[in-house]
Order: sequence, then C-alpha cells, then structure tokens
Amino acid sequence: MKGMLELIVGDPQADRAVPPTGLTARLTVFVAGVMAFLAVFALAISLTTGRQAAIWADELAQSATLRLPADPEMADDLLLSAVEVLETTPGVARVRVLSSDEQQALLEPWFGPDLPLDSLPVPQLVEVVADDDGYDIDGLRARLTAQVPGAVLDDHTAWREPLVAAASRVRLIGWAVIVLIGATIAAMITLAAQASLAANQQVIRVLRLVGAKDVYIARAFVRRYTLRAGLGAIVGTVIGVAGVQLLPSDDQVGSILMGVGFDGAAWLWPILIPLLSAVVAFLATRAAAFRTLKEMT
Amino acid sequence: MIELDNVSYGYGDTTLFSQLSLTLAPGSFHFLTGPSGAGKTTLLRLCYADLRASAGKVRLFGQDAAVLDRDAVAMARRRIGVVHQDCQFLDHLNIAENIALPLTVSDRANEAAGNLQELLDWVGLAPQSGQRPPELSGGERQRAALARAVIVSPEVIIADEPTGNVDWEMSQRLLSLLVELNKMGKTILIATHDLAMIRSMKSDVSARVLRLKDGQLTQAGAEL
Repeated sequence: MKGMLELIVGDPQADRAVPPTGLTARLTVFVAGVMAFLAVFALAISLTTGRQAAIWADELAQSATLRLPADPEMADDLLLSAVEVLETTPGVARVRVLSSDEQQALLEPWFGPDLPLDSLPVPQLVEVVADDDGYDIDGLRARLTAQVPGAVLDDHTAWREPLVAAASRVRLIGWAVIVLIGATIAAMITLAAQASLAANQQVIRVLRLVGAKDVYIARAFVRRYTLRAGLGAIVGTVIGVAGVQLLPSDDQVGSILMGVGFDGAAWLWPILIPLLSAVVAFLATRAAAFRTLKEMT
Repeated sequence: MIELDNVSYGYGDTTLFSQLSLTLAPGSFHFLTGPSGAGKTTLLRLCYADLRASAGKVRLFGQDAAVLDRDAVAMARRRIGVVHQDCQFLDHLNIAENIALPLTVSDRANEAAGNLQELLDWVGLAPQSGQRPPELSGGERQRAALARAVIVSPEVIIADEPTGNVDWEMSQRLLSLLVELNKMGKTILIATHDLAMIRSMKSDVSARVLRLKDGQLTQAGAEL
C-alpha cells in the first residue's frame, strides 16, 4: 500500500533518470485500453447473466402449474377439488385458473390463432404461486393424487435447473474471461518492462555506479508502467461503458440480449477495472524489474 | 578504507593478475600506473565492487565485498566517487542533472541545489549546466565527471585516466582539483599512464606511485 502511494505521489527526478520510451509507452497504453474495453463487456455479460439467472430462478421457483385431465364430463368437479386442495395447502399464496383465452394464447404458436379450444380435449391449467415460505411439494402431490385423479403438478424443475445451470456457466465464463484479460495485461506489461529494462542497460549501469539501489531503479519503471496501464484502462473502460450503454435494452429486443448492462451497485465494478489494471501492472512490472535487475548483476 | 588482500582476477583461462595486495588508507593519495592492458581499470573496478575477485579478499570499509548483496554494494558506492575514463553520463539528462545523480539516487535530491551550484562553479561549468553531455568538450565532460564523483562528499575518490582526453593545461587543472580534495581529507586513487603528469604533481602532494605490470603491483621508482 505504501509502495502504491509512493507511486501515485511520484518523484519527478527519479522518473527522469530513465529515458522515455515512445513506442513501448504508446503500445502499453493502447493494449491496456483494449483489454479494459473487453473487460467491461465481459463484466457486463457476466453480471447480467447472473442477475437474469437469479430472476428466472426466483420466478420459476415460486410458481408451479397444475394440469388437470382433459375429461369434459369431470372437468368442473376436478377443477373444484383441485382448487380446494390448493387453497387449503399451507404456503400457497395464490391459485389462478387460466382462462380459455390464456390457454389459447399458449397454444397459438403451435396451432395458430383459429384453434377451436372449446371443441378440443385440452387439459385445464391452474397457476399455483407460493408465498415466501413455500409449500411442501411432495405433500401437495400426494394430496392431489388422492383427491384429484390424473392431476399433474409441474414445479418447473425440469425447466429451471438447466436454465440456471446454463446461466451460471455463462457467468463463470465471463469471470474467466476477466481473469484471462488480467493475465494478458500482466504478460504484456512484463514483456514491455523487460524490453524497456534491456534497452536501458547502460542507464541502469550508470545508476548503479553512482549508488542506486535496485528498488530505486525498479521504481522508475514500475511507476511508468503502472500509470500507463491505469491511463489506458481508464480510457478503455470509459469507451466500453459507453458501448454497453449503446446496446439495445431488453424491452427493445426481448430477452435475446437480456438488457446487457450495469445496474445499481454493479456500476462499481467497471470503476474497479482501471484500478485492478494498475495493480496488475504494478505487480507485473515490479516482478519483472527485480528479476531483470538480478540477472544484470 | 579499501583493501585488496592477495587478490587475483582473470577471465576464461587468462589470469590478469594474481595475489595482488593494496591498501588505501584514509587520506592517502595513490597513483596507479602501468602499460595499457596491464589491468589498471580492472583493479579500480575491484575497488568499487564493479567486479568480483577470482581469489583473495576485497574489503570495502571493513566489509568483505564478496558477501555484499546488491543493496550493500550500492551503499558502499555512495562512499566512493568514481571518475570513469569515458565519464558514463546519462545523455538524456543535462549536465547539472548528471552531476546531481548520486544525490538523486540516494533520495537526497533536496540537498542538490546548494551543493550543485557550488560544484558547478568549482569545476567552471556553471554556464554549461543546462547542456547535455554530448554537447560538451572532453575536458568539460571530465570536470563534470569529477563534480559528480564528489557531490555526495565521498570518503574515497577513484579516477580512471581522468586526464586521458584533455590537454596539458586541463589535466593540470583536474589534478589540482583532486589534490585539493585530498587536502580536504579524501582518499584518492588515480589510474594513469601519463608519468609526466605524475612528476608534475610530486611537489604538490605526498603520493604513493604504484606500477602494475605483468600481473605484479610494485612501487614505482627510478622512472619517476
């Protein structure tokens, strides 16, 4: 922490001891900027997927669908029994019988808008919404089996688990991409710092001859690369965040892009990207500098 | 201050010198002479731990140079001012910044202002302080190198052919500066092949003249 503070405050005299390296400096800023830009998108996708997975999981976990047999003679009795069972089950907050129009809307993608629902044996659907405590699904199934023969209670587990698993994997991949981006920044900075140290061997020799310790020499390089990486990352992050903001929102494109972006406290994450880039650059340059200085002995 | 005890140095199968001993006592003045290639520069580099002896012991201020880590070597070098034959400047810095470099690297840059102006006047380089090393003449560079060597007020000053690239008048001026430093209590070791210059200084300073030839270090005699 003390080292980082010293870096920020800096020592202009020490900085001047090492000559500026134009191309390496520009490349470092550019690569750090590009990596930060990519990190913003990886972060946005990861956070959005996580958020969406949580929403889906909550929504699906709280609701279930009861399907009653399509028997025109017993339909009303079965529905009455089912509603009675459901309404007397602890943990069930709401029971809603889907109307004909709603059922027709559900079938429309497969059978078209002109389906004569009244003349077809279509099972009656009932939406069951749990309260915060939830209900005993196995107990409810047992009661329904006994009192409403042929009724099937679907708690959406078959849908929910693969959906949440897929979302979790996408989120994990997003974080892995961010880690890879961090590793790439570290590798790039290490190479640039090593090249710069090698190009400045004579300067380092003179500094040592006049009594410079390794930490003094390293500090000039570390400060330079840390600030370059931080600056590049700030520019890349700003452009990346602007790019994310330009993406269409979920109400414009449905759920395909899921409204990729940052929400609430998640806005803190992009702010961390330049900071983390600078920390990665600090550690990478410091390690490279001390290693190279040791080899130059 | 600096002591070489039965020191040998070589590279590959070549031995430059062996079992060589030298003691630089506080306040002493030594000239080191010898033909080109005899190993004068190598001997000097051993004295400021820029090289490690193949055998024997080099002691810097009482410490065995062989066991000093890089930081300890840096600390020892802050007590030794070195005037290199080729001056060894940083060409992207101006002369004032180059002269102040030993203070800068010791995190004592705030001490530079007063010392620096005094030194620039002392070596007659105040008008050239803003120029970069390649813009200076050989003599000016040598004087700047001397100023850099003394800015931290080191206990020992080692100069490698400090008059090699300058005319007679300038060489006399540089040597006068070194004699002046010796009178201030500094220990001086100068490597030179210029015997005429040594002769010219004999009346000004009580110096010990050593000759390095064929791997042997001897007291110079009749030729002086």
